Amino acid sequence: MSKILVCVKRVVDFNVRIRVKPDGSGVVTDGVKMSINPFDEIALEEALRIKERGAAQEVIAVSVGPTDAQQQLRTALAMGADRAVLVQVDAAPEPLSVARILLALIRREQPQLVILGKQAIDDDNNQTGQMLAALWNRPQATFASRIEIADGHAAVTREVDAGLETIEVDLPAVFTTDLRLNEPRYVKLPDIMKAKKKPLETLAPAALGVTVAAAIEVIRCDPPPQRQRGIMVKDTRELVAALKKKGLL
Amino acid sequence: MAKVLIVAEHDGRRLNPSTARCVSCARALPEPEIAIAVLAADGSAVSEQAAALSGVHHVLRIDNPANAHALAATWAPQVAALAKGFTHVLGPSTTFGKDLMPRVAALLGAPQLSDIMAVESAQRFRRPVYAGNAILTVEVPAGTQLVATVRVASFEAAPEGGSAAIESIPLSLDLPTHTRFVSLSSGATDRPDLQAARRVVSGGRAFGSAEKFNLLYSLADKLGAAVGASRAAVDAGYAPNDLQVGQTGKIIAPELYVAIGISGAIQHLTGIKDARTIVAINKDAEAPIFEVADIGLVGDLFTILPELEQLLGSQGSA
Repeated sequence: MSKILVCVKRVVDFNVRIRVKPDGSGVVTDGVKMSINPFDEIALEEALRIKERGAAQEVIAVSVGPTDAQQQLRTALAMGADRAVLVQVDAAPEPLSVARILLALIRREQPQLVILGKQAIDDDNNQTGQMLAALWNRPQATFASRIEIADGHAAVTREVDAGLETIEVDLPAVFTTDLRLNEPRYVKLPDIMKAKKKPLETLAPAALGVTVAAAIEVIRCDPPPQRQRGIMVKDTRELVAALKKKGLL
Repeated sequence: MAKVLIVAEHDGRRLNPSTARCVSCARALPEPEIAIAVLAADGSAVSEQAAALSGVHHVLRIDNPANAHALAATWAPQVAALAKGFTHVLGPSTTFGKDLMPRVAALLGAPQLSDIMAVESAQRFRRPVYAGNAILTVEVPAGTQLVATVRVASFEAAPEGGSAAIESIPLSLDLPTHTRFVSLSSGATDRPDLQAARRVVSGGRAFGSAEKFNLLYSLADKLGAAVGASRAAVDAGYAPNDLQVGQTGKIIAPELYVAIGISGAIQHLTGIKDARTIVAINKDAEAPIFEVADIGLVGDLFTILPELEQLLGSQGSA
């Protein structure tokens, strides 16, 4: 039976205005709306569409995160994932640890595809999918904007700096999603009710034989330097004059 | 002493300027000894260009037909093999480096820092998170081999004037064949490259159609500028994806950035905050773009663009 593993991270909602704590220990997350990382939502949507086309039979949503990440996994189940696994950790592990945890789950579940968001919008690392593919010794197709699954392989179009690159990969493989791959569906109320009955398993990393170790220490978190608001000009002529004054024309 | 290996980004003929920016990042490390790895089908031209960068000590040339395209699965084991003995392994924070470097890090069992924007010591760096809304100072323990991507907008390109030795490295590795290049469709033009351009004019959703977005190109030509676009304009199909500026597109640092019909979502501002001068033209006086603009003009772009072109043309200032 062909499975797709989708990785889902709980992050501060993309509409929240980020504030750095005055003591420099991090950003304010208390009382802040949390959501599925938007790129992971696209990953889940793609997995569901592949399943709906008949190219997979089961979609498993996985999160490596705190107990509260169950909320995001319930949302994933409401969107249509068949079951969910939470690998519970206290502090957010580094991408290499997440990749090791995911590899252990791959060994257990034997999926044909693993789909992740290209980056999480909190730490902006853009690492986990690539690291997982390396540890698994399988192909990676990052920043995907189009995925076509055929028998035993896939053609993936990737958004790269030079344009759109298409590569062909043998399966199983790891894909990471870019913004224009799809538009995730809305969750309907009956689906939320149904999701409550779907299986959600909770595990500790140790149960998968993984020890989570941190190599990077965060010393400080600062707000970024602010740009100053400049001048307003009245018309195009003044604009050109202002540019000349700055030596830009 | 820092022993730094930089993976060259190139298209087979020309070294991408992102590599020279990585060299500047490497030179900010204490007592750097810098090597550039050139993986290519035929790396002769690119190796020469890498060797000419000031501050570079060695160029390691790895020619292999399998290296004709930068496939991370193919390149990563080679870079990992070369990385032995290096304290820092750097690549640019472009789609090339973002794709490749984490794969290298995992093969080395090393941590990766993404988007280094400042070097404080051999172990301590600064990097943006939350779309640049917070800046982390992070440290790795001494003795840890570190893989990193370099936020290219944060570093000037290293000048030419070097004369590093070029060394051909024979690598006999079993390279995977499970990942194959098919094609690249590129909107490449004669215009300056978006990431290297000194001037950029960028358009947003307010253009309303792909046809009208073309108005931007003639202004760009007048200014000798590259063309960029907001995510909204790309999503709407007015501009190709490789023009997108912002958190998930390109992060740029031109001398002049002209945002036309772009409201200035936080994700877009992340991509331009290092621009020397930001000009905003927008119908909505409340648009967030005006909070960061050095020069703002409220008005209809379809009126202002022709006026601007005419003024630029008549004054011969292009």
